[in-house]
Amino acid sequence: MIDPTPVISARNVWKLFGPNPKAYLAGLPEGHSYDTIREDGYIAGVKDVSIEVGRGEMLVIMGLSGSGKSTLVRCFSRLHDITGGFIEVEGQDIMSLSEKELIELRRNKMGMVFQSFGLLPHRTVLQNVAFPLEMRGQDRHERRERALEVVKLVGLEGREEYFPRELSGGQQQRVGIARSLAIEPDIWFLDEPFSALDPLIRREMQDEFLRLQEMLGKTIVFITHDFDEALRLADRIAIMKDGAVEQCDTPDRIVLNPATEYVRKFTEDIDKARVVHAGVLARADVSGEGDPVMASASVHDLAKLLIEDRRAEIPVAGNGQILGALNRQEALNILVGSG
Amino acid sequence: MTDAVASLAEAAPRGLSRGRWALIFVAFAVLVTLLQYAGLLPAALHRLPENVIPPFAIWLDAIFNFVKDDLGLLTLTRTLTEGLQWVLDVTANLLFGKRRWPNIGPIPWTAIAAVTGVIGYSLGGWRMALLGAGTFTWTALIGQWDIAMQTMSVLVVAAPLAFMIGLSLGIAAWKYAWVNTAIKPILSVLQTLPFFTYLLPAVIFFKVGPTAGAVATTIYAIPPMILMTTLGLQKVSPEVVEAGHMSGCTRLQLLRHVYIPSARTEILVGVNQVIMLCLAMVVLTAFIGMPGLGAKLLAMMGSFKLGRSFEIGVTIVLIAVMLDRMSKAWVVKQPEHFPRGTPWWRKHIMSLLAVAAFVFFCIVAQFFELASEIGRRQSLSMGKEIDTLIKDFLAVEWVKATTGFLRAFLNVKVLIPFRNFLLSIPTFALILLIVAFALRLGGHRQATYAAIFFSLVALSGWWDRAVITLYSVISAVTLAMLIGLPIGILAARSEKWSRRVLLACDTAQTFPSFVYLIPAIMLFGITDIAVIFSILIFAMVPLIRYTIEGLRTVPAEMTEAADMSGATRLQKLWKVQLPLALPTMAVGFNQAIMFAFFMVIIAAFIGTQDLGQELQRTLAGTDLGKNFVLGICVALMALTFDLTILKWASDQKKLLGLDR
Repeated sequence: MIDPTPVISARNVWKLFGPNPKAYLAGLPEGHSYDTIREDGYIAGVKDVSIEVGRGEMLVIMGLSGSGKSTLVRCFSRLHDITGGFIEVEGQDIMSLSEKELIELRRNKMGMVFQSFGLLPHRTVLQNVAFPLEMRGQDRHERRERALEVVKLVGLEGREEYFPRELSGGQQQRVGIARSLAIEPDIWFLDEPFSALDPLIRREMQDEFLRLQEMLGKTIVFITHDFDEALRLADRIAIMKDGAVEQCDTPDRIVLNPATEYVRKFTEDIDKARVVHAGVLARADVSGEGDPVMASASVHDLAKLLIEDRRAEIPVAGNGQILGALNRQEALNILVGSG
Repeated sequence: MTDAVASLAEAAPRGLSRGRWALIFVAFAVLVTLLQYAGLLPAALHRLPENVIPPFAIWLDAIFNFVKDDLGLLTLTRTLTEGLQWVLDVTANLLFGKRRWPNIGPIPWTAIAAVTGVIGYSLGGWRMALLGAGTFTWTALIGQWDIAMQTMSVLVVAAPLAFMIGLSLGIAAWKYAWVNTAIKPILSVLQTLPFFTYLLPAVIFFKVGPTAGAVATTIYAIPPMILMTTLGLQKVSPEVVEAGHMSGCTRLQLLRHVYIPSARTEILVGVNQVIMLCLAMVVLTAFIGMPGLGAKLLAMMGSFKLGRSFEIGVTIVLIAVMLDRMSKAWVVKQPEHFPRGTPWWRKHIMSLLAVAAFVFFCIVAQFFELASEIGRRQSLSMGKEIDTLIKDFLAVEWVKATTGFLRAFLNVKVLIPFRNFLLSIPTFALILLIVAFALRLGGHRQATYAAIFFSLVALSGWWDRAVITLYSVISAVTLAMLIGLPIGILAARSEKWSRRVLLACDTAQTFPSFVYLIPAIMLFGITDIAVIFSILIFAMVPLIRYTIEGLRTVPAEMTEAADMSGATRLQKLWKVQLPLALPTMAVGFNQAIMFAFFMVIIAAFIGTQDLGQELQRTLAGTDLGKNFVLGICVALMALTFDLTILKWASDQKKLLGLDR
């Protein structure tokens, strides 16, 4: 399902804010901390980040406000020019693109959804959705057709002629999503798209989002400060602090093996049984016996079986073959919260 | 908060020494003045001797002549004039039937009134429709249609022109930092320059009459448009801009489709200000012979026909209120969507109605003379009757006694002695006093500016006239404070009255300044008191307004804390509300002074002995150098106060932690 060739690949990316960032970075010794940099009068928005996003993958970047996650995603789309390092999108070094090429790239390959929607107040829903199409000069009839299609996709049929201020927050974000999808982008950036919404609506929009992703299968970089949201959506999570990535891994592994103290604190209150899947617990060197469990089942799903079964090792199956076996005691520890 | 405390601690020792320095300056000034009274001061120290005053006017004239003739600016502007002249001729033909191409005018008054009514309805419902149609109906019925249309024909050209130039410059200033830095000081000088200084260059470069009027009006109205455009563009939410970038906008597309529509509110507020300033100025262009409402008003007041002046005043005020309300309604109006499947004609019902009304009345006018034009005979002007009414009123015993007393007491006991006192202070001592004022309130920078600016005024050779101007401003603003502050404080006590008084102030501020002369002349005739009175009512408006705003915006928890500490109403006012409202009130005070400087120049029409009088005289000739010197003198004095008081207000706001 996930193609390993990276769509976005970032190497040692730096983004410094300050009077003369390029020169400062050039003279910056290795291992300077965020606070020392700040004492020198610079803010490290992104600090030496290397990360890759595979085709069809959903990478969630997680962090508290000010951790640099929004800055990082803006570096990917070159809304910010980076201070140092390389970013390649589809094999192209985006810092080497001319203004014209950059506009071409955005018109055909990228879509972005914003936290406070970024809708144009003077345009109707339909006109907002058709805006990127209009910018690339598609003819009126064609862009209307396409816009109607996307508006329908996000469930806003019948509101095409409304103005943004006549819609609720959730509906406005649907417009934002529709606009970002209008050009059929390959890469989809979402910058805390549901943070401005009420908790109930947020849940509904997450489901809606998963439904869309199921259908479209885009490469996604999703930003959030909500760990639950990250766990719900992500293929991989990158946790950021002070501009640097603390850990980047699948949700199960982050929960099971937090790389730093900071990450551990995040995972503390999480119900691990719902996050950890049988597949991660399976050890290939052990085989076990009897009926296997599915690799995609979470420990929580297997609760009854784990308690009633008497086997020490339970085989795990995925993609139609046995991957190995999980240790029942280990799984039970996770279930009762002492793992 | 910590910042504020830190700056407080930092400011404290400096504030002390600043205050002490100011005191030393004052003491020295008093000493010099006393010496002068004792006859011990040499004359050269009392006033600058004639022979040290550089001939600025002649130098300026030489520069102007060089630019005008040798650089060929005059040829350029006269060429530009041709184009402008042509547009003005078209509007003049359409609105009041001047015999020029396209020779189809004048449009019947009923058609204009009806279309305005429809526009009013679509912007703000029946009340606005009534205001729009009513204003024009009144104008026609009272027999002022032609002169009103002469004024409008310049306005409809100048306002769009000012809008376009202001918008482009605003965009440039927002986009390029160097344009912004270049424009800023010019704007602040332009905003304090007396309007007579706009008029003469316009006459010289653009001929007398509507063209010069249109040019002066346009230039006068540009600054606020620039400021509002820049402000609006800076305020566009960064996410909306990023959404534009991500949609693949080119720079031009970004500006046209994202920035400008998103800054709609500020830009339209700018449009409102452009319209109002244009109206104010177009009325004043009467001084350079532009025909229209202003010229008629000038003539009527000159020959003391108060009834007709009053009627013209009402027309001007109605037009001002109409333009202001309509453009403000436009600011607030948001697009509404139509339900799906709405037919085409329903979506454009208002435009269709307007066209229909226009055509209908144009046809009606072909058959009924009255619907097309109302002649002098049929008009309902009551000029003579109002004249007698006013005369009777002024002759009533108690009214006569009051105005008489005011004239006798204020003039003889207060104003004239004050003026003579100011004139008796040696130039050097007066400058010192003003520097002390700027130092105490503003700081070292402001004090330096004050010293330079007022020394320049002294060097210009118009010191005595400048002092008389200053005297009018100071006395009028002081009187305005004595009346305005209590009104503001009283009104601020209740929500209902605050709203009413603020509405009255808002409305009064839309009146072109010229109108304020009418009640002054009505009550006091052509006297010094009338001058002071007209400045006083004009300057009182911002004072009241900002007093109410300052008091009403004191945070609720502070007044509640005062209440819970058992403060009486008076204690609360003195100890809590006024100190917190003071910075805002200072802004109002500053505006009052700026307004006063503006009005004192117009009041030259009544007859004064100050800079305004001299300025008005230059209009008759081609004395561009002298005109500029005088204008700059007024601007420099106004700027000194502006810089000092605004600095104090913002410092104070920071200290009180009210700026965030």
